[in-house]
Amino acid sequence: MRIRGLLVASAVLAAVCGCAQETSVLRLATTTSTQDSGLLDAILPDFEREHDATVEVIAVGTGQALQLGEAGDVDVVLVHAREQEDAFVEAGHGVDRRDVMENDFVIVGPRSDPAAVAGEVDAGLALQRIAGAGWIFVSRGDGSGTHSAEQQLWEAAGIAPTGPWYESVGQGMGETLTIADEQQAYTLSDRATLLARQEEGIGLVVVSEGDERLRNPYGIITVNPERHDGVDAGLAAAFTDWLTSAATQDAIAGYQRNGEQLFFVGEG
Amino acid sequence: MSRPFELMVDGQVWDIVALSLGVSGAAVLLAAVIGIPAGAWLGLRRFRGQAWLTTLVYTGMGFPPVVIGLLVYLLLSRQGPVGALDWLFTPAAMILAQTVLAVPLVTGVTMTSVQAVDPALRPQLRALGATDRQIVRTVLTEARQGVLLGLVAGFGAAISEVGAVILVGGNIEGRTRVLTTAIVLETRQGRYDLALALAAILFVLAFVANALVVHLQARIR
Repeated sequence: MRIRGLLVASAVLAAVCGCAQETSVLRLATTTSTQDSGLLDAILPDFEREHDATVEVIAVGTGQALQLGEAGDVDVVLVHAREQEDAFVEAGHGVDRRDVMENDFVIVGPRSDPAAVAGEVDAGLALQRIAGAGWIFVSRGDGSGTHSAEQQLWEAAGIAPTGPWYESVGQGMGETLTIADEQQAYTLSDRATLLARQEEGIGLVVVSEGDERLRNPYGIITVNPERHDGVDAGLAAAFTDWLTSAATQDAIAGYQRNGEQLFFVGEG
Repeated sequence: MSRPFELMVDGQVWDIVALSLGVSGAAVLLAAVIGIPAGAWLGLRRFRGQAWLTTLVYTGMGFPPVVIGLLVYLLLSRQGPVGALDWLFTPAAMILAQTVLAVPLVTGVTMTSVQAVDPALRPQLRALGATDRQIVRTVLTEARQGVLLGLVAGFGAAISEVGAVILVGGNIEGRTRVLTTAIVLETRQGRYDLALALAAILFVLAFVANALVVHLQARIR
């Protein structure tokens, strides 16, 4: 019986492996926001059907996503940190960078708004009010795209954020929102993750939005196939073409959560 | 490898090491205060429901830290029963979580080593007129190697766990960031060199703690 069981098991294993060989695999490193918002689950099946391929999504921070690309552990990266992306391409780690979509950041805080930020559209002035009031601000502090956007805003506001009111937690957006909510503190969040967390019951609300500097563009980069043998350049190019095609762009713009559009395409 | 070096020079790494040692050290001290008497009691007494209690302690010895973290989090959260303490995201919360983690380890190992002491010892002591308190003290002294091992196991579990401290501590830079949470952060940012340097420090700490025990055990034998 035991031998027969083993035979069946290996036959199943062989069948599974056989299937896996016929279907090609694209490895995509991206930020947590694209996965946590549910966008990838909504649009990727279309590509997988069209190209008989499986897309393996590794959702990490922008910093680690680019590291995975540099090491040749993935085929394409979809991230949001323009300066880091350009440096990545300039260093020869990636090729064929293209704009995909954008969403926006919002400054959020407790409903009571102790630093009286509400209604301030200028993100720099909003941060100045929080710092001036000495109220707690929770920072991602993890080298993510959101973290670098936040650092640029502080710089523009002329403030070096240090001191007991500034908490750098080195965690993902979801955890950071939880920590801010518990402490009735302020933080910078992408709108998609905030909406998802508000559905789960956190009490933070948007206090400042609409500043041009809060725009958050996403780019797709193919890992340089000349540097890494394992990169499937053909499939990566097909994916980039598909992601920037009119049909997929429409699907991205049409993706909603709680009745709100999360990602914007084209002229935005 | 220049960044790890810079961080060590500017002292950030040593703050993290000091907090790791402080939090886990305090947790083990508290676990000793609770776990050694509890283990001695479980090992020396016979009572109804003992098997259940022993099973509970053994289960606790292998309980996932992240679950302990979740329970402590819910306890200390603003909506939680003792949210007013304002302990969430402070070292106090981390000490509480690691104490909960270490108590079953100290209790369980103390219990088994007390049970391993020669059963003939107690009647002999009683015949000599020893009080209950003196008997417990003598048995614990006989079992000291095992008790020491329990404390080191508790310390090792506490300082190396990440699931609980990141939930209840929040990994706040300069305040609640410890070695394990710093390793998670650096790895997530792709700074593997720094993550490895921190991992090496953690390994050295664990090694030194165990070397100390081996040394002490050789001396008290």
